[in-house]
Amino acid sequence: MEKLMLKGNEAIAEAAITAGCLHFFGYPITPQTEVAAYMARKLPKIGGVYLQAESEVAAINMVIGAAAAGVRVMTSSSSPGISLKSEGLSYLSGCDLPAVIVNIQRGGPGLGGIQPSQSDYFQATRGSGHGDYHLIVLAPGTVQEIVDLTRRAFDLADKYRVGVMLLGDGVLGQMMEPAVIGEYTPAVPAKPWALTGASGRPKNIVNSLYLDPEELERTNFERFRKYEQIRRDEVLFEEYQTEDADLVLVGYGAPGRICRNAVAAARAEGLRAGLFRPVTLYPFPSEALKKLAERAKRFISVEMSMGQMVDDVRLAIECRRPVDTCLRTGGVIHTPAEILEKIRACAKEEGLI
Amino acid sequence: MKPILNRPAGLTEAAFHYCPGCTHGIIHRITAEVMEELEILDRAVGVAPVGCAVLAYNYFNCDMLQAAHGRAPAVATGIKRARGEAVVFTYQGDGDLAAIGTAETVHAAARGENITVIFVNNAIYGMTGGQMAPTSLPGQVTQTTPYGRDTAAAGYPIRVCEMLATLEGTAYAARVSVDTPKNAAAAKAAVKRAFQNQLDGAGFSIVEILSTCPTNWGLSPVDALAWLRDNLLPYYPLGVYRDCKKEAAV
Repeated sequence: MEKLMLKGNEAIAEAAITAGCLHFFGYPITPQTEVAAYMARKLPKIGGVYLQAESEVAAINMVIGAAAAGVRVMTSSSSPGISLKSEGLSYLSGCDLPAVIVNIQRGGPGLGGIQPSQSDYFQATRGSGHGDYHLIVLAPGTVQEIVDLTRRAFDLADKYRVGVMLLGDGVLGQMMEPAVIGEYTPAVPAKPWALTGASGRPKNIVNSLYLDPEELERTNFERFRKYEQIRRDEVLFEEYQTEDADLVLVGYGAPGRICRNAVAAARAEGLRAGLFRPVTLYPFPSEALKKLAERAKRFISVEMSMGQMVDDVRLAIECRRPVDTCLRTGGVIHTPAEILEKIRACAKEEGLI
Repeated sequence: MKPILNRPAGLTEAAFHYCPGCTHGIIHRITAEVMEELEILDRAVGVAPVGCAVLAYNYFNCDMLQAAHGRAPAVATGIKRARGEAVVFTYQGDGDLAAIGTAETVHAAARGENITVIFVNNAIYGMTGGQMAPTSLPGQVTQTTPYGRDTAAAGYPIRVCEMLATLEGTAYAARVSVDTPKNAAAAKAAVKRAFQNQLDGAGFSIVEILSTCPTNWGLSPVDALAWLRDNLLPYYPLGVYRDCKKEAAV
């Protein structure tokens, strides 16, 4: 298989196309612009649709329309833009429509900055808009994983009729790495619910309005049963040197990569450190992390935010072990050295050195 | 016995929830008749708004989607771009189309999006109980303009057809009324034209239909029709504001 040197954002776009996504609606925002630019270049040549919307709000609603019409569709943005899309994400979820939403996070709040961040963790994993719903949230750590998870995002969206968010950060979006695109056969189920024109069948309705509270409750119960199934069948994570680890770093995305270096450096000093890297952030790999708490002495949540995933770490291990944080925010990226320093400090507190 | 008037095939058996005297029923019927006559019910996809017509998805006998407030033109764009053979229409009120959804409306028109927009203008928010709309008249008393709409504080009503007629992408913009049988017949012709335009690939077509809200205007159905004639018609003149086919013919 041919290895290509790919930029993260372009890998998202190319992987989406190979997954059968020929419809893209977006609005320009740094640092994800290359996704839209790639789509604008490529889609018209292969019979697809690239449309630059007048706003993020319009873009997500165009996604809703295309998804309801039964095609694979994607939109891409960065943090402030996702805030604007949040209304639409609620409707998308209330209508049980499949779509892929990319968030290449930048620092916030407000206009924040344009440098990498992970401060939209709560927004992504808690649903971001109003009402009872979640998106599946996938967090790649390499360009190859961007390719693989983008395709998986479309398959999961169609399989469960949910929105799937690919949650990256400015590092992953902007960096170049070798990756294999290769062949891919998308798993597209039949969509008898889609709005294709009521020819030879009764009319279809795509709707999120239920004026009868018990009916609305029932639809929410059904949707959450679906999330339970996703929790059982679709959780992804990676462990690195955790078998005998006293100290377990928890990090995803760009910090997940940097943590590997810190683990290796700590091991070289004789400290038994390991890394737990969640790949699905919703559902969070709680069971696997809880298992680690049986033997590990302490956890360190490494995040490019003021500490958001740390809540899920504490919940996963049911507060059985101390959980520290190693945080940078505003667009500042951790160095392996400062994570190593944190490992040393925790080791000292645990009496390991 | 031979029936001379049936329920159009474009309407389901569901009973309308609209208030007595409200002209949404007439506008639904016109839209349904047009779709039946053009034989497009098996490929029509309608987008319902948020507002009094929110339940339109139950009434029109074709595939339907219920959109977020004001977003119908964007949703319709997504459907049409994904499925070009579908005949896509939105059915929107004045708050939906001309307040919260102004951007979606203007840009769908600017793009020349090949969809049909049925715009029901009754100069008030009906569903929420009679608040000021972007089309409420100067001086009009509503729940949120209890002393009358003061243009110094609340600004001026928007004339949607006149505004959209300035855009190259608008293929057809017409304002009609359903206050008399004659006007209702003209309204139907305009709606038919707006759907035919889409079939012909002409681009964005909008029909603004002046409508009554007896409940929130605080008038009887008959008085409401008179109020429409006396107050809405002078501010919102009926007519065709843009017609690409006529321009092409000249």
